[in-house]
Amino acid sequence: MAKIEALHPWKEVPLGCAILEAGNARKFKTGDWRSKIRPKTDYEKCIKCGLCWIFCPDMAYGHREDGYFDWNSDYCKGCGICARECPKEAIQMIAEEE
Amino acid sequence: MIEVRVHGRGGQGAVTSAELMALAAIDEGQYAQAFPSFGPERRGAPVVAFLRVSTSQIRIRSKVYDPDVVVVLDPTLLDIVDVAAGLKPKGLMVINTSKSFEQLRKDYGFKGRLAVVDATRIALEEMKVPITNTTMLGALIRAAGLTRLDSMDKPLAGRFGKIAERNKRAMQRAFDETQIKE
Amino acid sequence: MAVRKGMEVSIAVSEAVKLANADVISAYPITPQTHIVEHLSELVADGELKAAFVPVESEHSALSACVGAAAAGARAYTATSSQGLALMHEIMFIASGLRLPMVMTVVNRALSTPINIWNDLSDIMPERDTGWIQLFAINGQEAVDLTLQAFRIAEDPRVLLPVLVNLDGFILSHVIEPVEMPDQEQVDRFLPVFKPVMRLDPDQPVTYGAFGSPDVYTEVKKQLEEALVGSQKVVAEVWKEFRSIFGRNYKPIESYKTKGAETLLLTLGSISETAMSAVDALREKGRKVGLIHIRLWRPFPFKEFFQAIREAKVLAVVDRALTPGGIGGPVGLEVKSALFQKADRPYVAEFVAGLGGRDLTVELFSEMVEKAIGYARKGKEMRYEMIGVREK
Repeated sequence: MAKIEALHPWKEVPLGCAILEAGNARKFKTGDWRSKIRPKTDYEKCIKCGLCWIFCPDMAYGHREDGYFDWNSDYCKGCGICARECPKEAIQMIAEEE
Repeated sequence: MIEVRVHGRGGQGAVTSAELMALAAIDEGQYAQAFPSFGPERRGAPVVAFLRVSTSQIRIRSKVYDPDVVVVLDPTLLDIVDVAAGLKPKGLMVINTSKSFEQLRKDYGFKGRLAVVDATRIALEEMKVPITNTTMLGALIRAAGLTRLDSMDKPLAGRFGKIAERNKRAMQRAFDETQIKE
Repeated sequence: MAVRKGMEVSIAVSEAVKLANADVISAYPITPQTHIVEHLSELVADGELKAAFVPVESEHSALSACVGAAAAGARAYTATSSQGLALMHEIMFIASGLRLPMVMTVVNRALSTPINIWNDLSDIMPERDTGWIQLFAINGQEAVDLTLQAFRIAEDPRVLLPVLVNLDGFILSHVIEPVEMPDQEQVDRFLPVFKPVMRLDPDQPVTYGAFGSPDVYTEVKKQLEEALVGSQKVVAEVWKEFRSIFGRNYKPIESYKTKGAETLLLTLGSISETAMSAVDALREKGRKVGLIHIRLWRPFPFKEFFQAIREAKVLAVVDRALTPGGIGGPVGLEVKSALFQKADRPYVAEFVAGLGGRDLTVELFSEMVEKAIGYARKGKEMRYEMIGVREK
């Protein structure tokens, strides 16, 4: 479970409970919501269309320099949308090893 | 402090006349308060406006219940509204009418001081409309002397712009032609 | 040079907002606030006030637009009454919770039902708990002055809270009376350009209106409460400076002929002036009567309140709203709670009067004073008494 860091004493709470660090939602590694299945891409079949990256609701795919898309275990929740949307069936949902 | 109640019909400018009087008094350095009897009103419905004028700060915000002066802009109101309600014993009534003093006292039982002028005729002659509010200000100033007549110049100009002149003429005529009887 | 002239109070308030150089005005019309926002829209359209006038389809949106504007660093203003204020209710808490300075004029009008456009305080009382700083004007001059002060108080870096100014619907908003309008130079000296401590800026992104789990909610609320209570000190400073520039004095609790008074009327808003006339009449008859009126309603000025009533044996509280099913009216509730822990406290007679615009006369105030004195003498246990209810 992600740990909340904002346990400020009341005098140190940012004004109006604003969040001052842009993009700090990144610190929530929601990948730990995943219940032991994960996507695996067969790069032989992959045509670099980017649909897995576009459809992923958690932005858990990264775009590599060589054009392929990398799965990010920090944020993937194992929903399987990428596997379903891949036009080449290059992505399989597999059981996750430790 | 003098308290005035103005009776008119919606659209005849009863509220405006109270406001103009207040502005004139304030310009002279007096204190004044003018406000309508608030509420949604349609054109033609009987309406009431209130005015207080004083040389010291006015600290009452309720309606006027026992006026020193009552002004009646429209003679037809005399038959449907108890315009004299609450009028102080030595109070003054300023009435737009073509009736004589004797007729008024006979028909309505008005006691006290009366000031009358046929404001409708004057307004029609000077402004071509039977809107008597500014005309009646002339009668009010003549009978009650709450402000100087020329103190009305600026408020009239501010409110009426191009047509201020004819309003001023009507007011002057009423000032000159008003008859007063104790 | 400040100019004394006859003005409709609504227009005077709009002119004050113009002098304050508001940046964003967003409002929805509702009787009896309409003249304020109509005149402001004219000033903006005529180029006399350089502001963005944002017409919206409801008061909920009006206040939301002000929240957005203030978050972006603009000096924001709105005005409303009655149902409009009720419709803004959820955003009220957000405006204060986000620590956004802004100013709102509330032209007090009774809440429906039945539909009633006339004056009482039932619209503002339910907003006590919203975390806004709340002030009451008793005449046109105060309406202008408090509006100017409101911007200054709100924007102080130690405060950063929304401020609202109450003025009675029709009785103040639609009356023509003498007002001394300050000139721009005086106002500019008093009210500097708004310098936001924090704002929405794409170059320095922050998040406003974040989620607050049980782990943080309490601390955020504590911070807000401390800011609201602490703002009273800033209000006092602002009033001191206002006096030095404009010559008029303001206090959180105002006293009228309280010296040697055994019985005090306690009022809010413009009825205070009518009540003062009642005090004058009673004093002339040799009665030891005075009046206090509450100018700073939130944060409630406990210290000044106790100081103002220290000689009194009897308080006649005049509420213009009910808290149905409770102990009476909201002001009575506040007063009684404040006095609860005091060993030595006056008798409190509470009256609920003038609801829905029912007129309050000088005579009625005298009557309430006499009743209060009579009840105190008998030691009558009372919650409150509704004045003028037709029983038959």
